[in-house]
Amino acid sequence: MSLLDVKDLKTSYGPVNVLAGVSFTVEQGETYALVGESGSGKTTVIRAIAGLAPAQEGSVKFEGREIRGASERELRPLRKDIAMMFQDPVGSLSPRLTIRSLITEPYRIQGMKERDLDAEAKRLLEMVNLPAHFADRYPYQLSGGQARRVGVARALALEPKLILADEPTAGLDVSVQGELLNLMNDLRERLGLAMVIITHNLNVVRHVADRMGIMYLGRLVEEGTTEAIFKEPRHPYTRCLLSANPEPDPDARLERIALKGEPPSLLRRPKGCEFRERCPFAQEICIQTPQWEVANGHGLRCLAPLS
Amino acid sequence: MTDTLLEIDRLSVDYETARGDLKALRDISFDVRKGEIVGIVGESGCGKSTLISSILRLTAPNTRFRQGEVRFRGEDLLQLPERKMRDLRGADISIVFQDPMQTHNPVLSIGQQMLDIQHRSKASKADKRARAAQMLGAVGIPDPEARLDQFPHEFSGGMRQRIAIAMALMSEPDLLIADEPTTALDATLEVQIIERLQELQQEFDCAILFISHHLGVIAELCDRVVVMYAGAVVESGEVREIFHDPKHPYTRRLIDCDPGHIKERARVLPTIPGEVPDLANLPGGCIFRDRCDQAMPRCAAEVPPLEQLKDGHQAACWLNHKEAAE
Repeated sequence: MSLLDVKDLKTSYGPVNVLAGVSFTVEQGETYALVGESGSGKTTVIRAIAGLAPAQEGSVKFEGREIRGASERELRPLRKDIAMMFQDPVGSLSPRLTIRSLITEPYRIQGMKERDLDAEAKRLLEMVNLPAHFADRYPYQLSGGQARRVGVARALALEPKLILADEPTAGLDVSVQGELLNLMNDLRERLGLAMVIITHNLNVVRHVADRMGIMYLGRLVEEGTTEAIFKEPRHPYTRCLLSANPEPDPDARLERIALKGEPPSLLRRPKGCEFRERCPFAQEICIQTPQWEVANGHGLRCLAPLS
Repeated sequence: MTDTLLEIDRLSVDYETARGDLKALRDISFDVRKGEIVGIVGESGCGKSTLISSILRLTAPNTRFRQGEVRFRGEDLLQLPERKMRDLRGADISIVFQDPMQTHNPVLSIGQQMLDIQHRSKASKADKRARAAQMLGAVGIPDPEARLDQFPHEFSGGMRQRIAIAMALMSEPDLLIADEPTTALDATLEVQIIERLQELQQEFDCAILFISHHLGVIAELCDRVVVMYAGAVVESGEVREIFHDPKHPYTRRLIDCDPGHIKERARVLPTIPGEVPDLANLPGGCIFRDRCDQAMPRCAAEVPPLEQLKDGHQAACWLNHKEAAE
């Protein structure tokens, strides 16, 4: 049994179907990365898992229990096990609470009255390398990187089994990013934490993720081990995405594969393969609708895959 | 020099706070030549934003300019009357901000906003509209004429950032300041923006001051790089020199930290241990000393000056000093 089992998850906002059926699993201690263009539905997936976005169809099983459509009362005890790290580090912290209140709020919500909250605040701040006197500060007094670390501290407060992290390192300096990723890797090893991580930074994916899924227009188009996908991407969209990764070397020769045009509107999904109109490798057969096919643990939705 | 567009000359800027003066910029010097792309790299809090707001003179009320000049085409901007400064902003110097989602007014159409920023022009409304459409076309927005009537929410993030670039370039400025313009975008869009900036820079022949902490983007786009740490310039030079032969330990560590360099999956990524010093209470000597694994006694005693090592490559570190070999 997988820790998290998402099956055919669908979300629509009115006529806009943001998720058109997303399926993947995450095992205990595993890190799974979701990548893809802005607007491809990555954030909606993890918000739907956490019960923060609606999902009209499909299933989300956590430790074998169905949690899609669970009521707030049913979700509350689960929130101890599933923690969320939000995209906007400052915006996700209430401006009127001190950092101490913010990072110890999970204990109060879960009714853990026996805890010494001052001691917990100190421990959590230390864990994310922030000085203890930050407990008395307010979010506006923090830099983006510091707010990000407060977000990590808050997510880790209850020692969850699964962390859903939405762009956890966006806007961080490389050194601080390294610290944060090391911290998350370390916690994963010590606590057996599983993670679903969304990021635009492919270099981050390579270092933290065991497996990755590539999303396009609210669907997975490719999935596999991080190693296999970086080595041999088979979906043309994955190939384009990986080729776009800027190298920190002015002499690097990059063979960029340009994507044509703009992402299509979700109100007018293209017929056949939805990537066809922008695909540099499209063929005649692509007018048909590709199905999701899995071979050797590598999933693919493409009628003309690259070899 | 005739081809120098912007010269930052020994600029020092403080913020007055309850804790005392925060020395946000100290003795900053570098220049930007006409038609050149200069990158500024450095961690959060190194003074990148203070630098930009000082150039544009859009500083917070508690800002104090302690010394130095910001010369644009030979004229010190810090001495200009506000009225003249306003004429420069958006016309000769323009800026693209970090977040494309918050740059535009959500309740006005893109076309209206692009007309509004041509308020200085005497052209007819129809001409201004045509100019707006032409600029949208130049940044690769399909159907520009029709899309002028759309609102910001009807564009994707990448398109909005390209619209911001179109608006910044509309007056054909001599200097475009780009403040982390790709941070909020994914890899494919990031590349799109970089390539577009390169093309436009050729087309409009403007200089670009490009602020980023993404080393890959800097390496790809810039001619020269200025590395800042805790409010000071620690190294500057040609992009190849900086990436292949860095002369300041901080630059070296920063490049080592970039996971883009590490092709195999690493269990532990390199970091720079320690914290940036408190700018209100600066230690003596070299500011990077506490985090530097090559620090010597001299580093605690004296601040290393920014020295010319070879043509166009400068670094502020005692390790490069001739006497260090003794």
